Amino acid sequence: MQINIYVWIIVMALATGATRVLPMILIRKPIENQFIQSFLYYVPYVTLAVMTFPAIMDATQVPAAGALALVGGIAAAWLGAGLFGTAATCCIIVAVTELFMV
Amino acid sequence: MHDLRENHKAEFTVGLRTGIPIGIGYFAVSFSLGIIAKNCGFSVFQGFLTSLTSYASAGQYIGFTLYGAGATLWQLVIMMIITNARYLLMGAALNQKVREGTPLRHRILIGLSITDEIFGVSIARPGYASPFFGAGCWISAMSMWSVGNALGIAVGNILPDRAVSALSVALFGMFLASIIPPIKKDKVIGIAIAASFAASYLYATLPDTRDMSSGNRTIMLTIIISTAFAVIAPRRNEAPKVAETEEESGDGSEGGNREMRAKVDGVAEGGNREMRAKTLEGGCGNAN
Repeated sequence: MQINIYVWIIVMALATGATRVLPMILIRKPIENQFIQSFLYYVPYVTLAVMTFPAIMDATQVPAAGALALVGGIAAAWLGAGLFGTAATCCIIVAVTELFMV
Repeated sequence: MHDLRENHKAEFTVGLRTGIPIGIGYFAVSFSLGIIAKNCGFSVFQGFLTSLTSYASAGQYIGFTLYGAGATLWQLVIMMIITNARYLLMGAALNQKVREGTPLRHRILIGLSITDEIFGVSIARPGYASPFFGAGCWISAMSMWSVGNALGIAVGNILPDRAVSALSVALFGMFLASIIPPIKKDKVIGIAIAASFAASYLYATLPDTRDMSSGNRTIMLTIIISTAFAVIAPRRNEAPKVAETEEESGDGSEGGNREMRAKVDGVAEGGNREMRAKTLEGGCGNAN
């Protein structure tokens, strides 16, 4: 049974909005618990890393192109290419790789 | 000080202008996200609506794919909270820059303007956080984000496979741009990322776990790995309690934001503000 897509979009927006607004409403003092702080500190990195690999290899026509894009993207990000620059680097690497491999 | 209303207008205008370069970066990413949305069953309007109401790259990626995978609303809610947990941190950090006595509706507006990049520019701006600046930024950046997404859904599928394949990694590039630069300041983040890559790969290939949906895999691994690192490598700073927390909140934000925050340190301002900037960096106790 597929859920109505508009219900889905609304729930998505409310859940996302809650993470943006709740701290503004609830937290008037900084969080003191060191475990929670540490846990939350690592969450964004872990989530994004888990979502990136190995998914990046499934996104391309040949997995090797995705793998190269991952390596190139890490290098570009490390060298300070920024949001747009890193994304563009990954795209170009895939385009060039698949030119030879597909 | 000018008339208050004039001030609000000026802040709004500055926000509009600040949001434009952010929006250009967003456009490219949301276009490629549109290709994913289309594959998951979203129409042009539905994708536009999602982008306008959720405006979260990783969150939308997960939201689209979960829908495509026929997940439940509970899975969606849990994943949205986990994927967007960084906004909780950013909100906590930005909270320290809100002027005391700011009406609740303005606080909410400041919270609603948060994305990785808008948070970055908001926290780096001298002075108090402004709902008008946030709203201006949001309008510029999110109009491009939403239109890009709609266009990706509309024309993404008439592009040749080769182009789609290349564009589909743009989102991952954006993720990398968020998580890689902070390693320079904290090597443990690099270890956590490497561990996440390895664990994610194992989960996706080992017979016992490879059939698990990617959403559930992300939830499980995020909780397991973040807990493990919180235990093994808790954030140090035993120093002044209050200051410690504030630094943590800031550090939890991603790539650009950390750099932005670093800049806050360099912004020397009038007494109270300078104090606030320092407080945000954890350089001194909460003297206020």
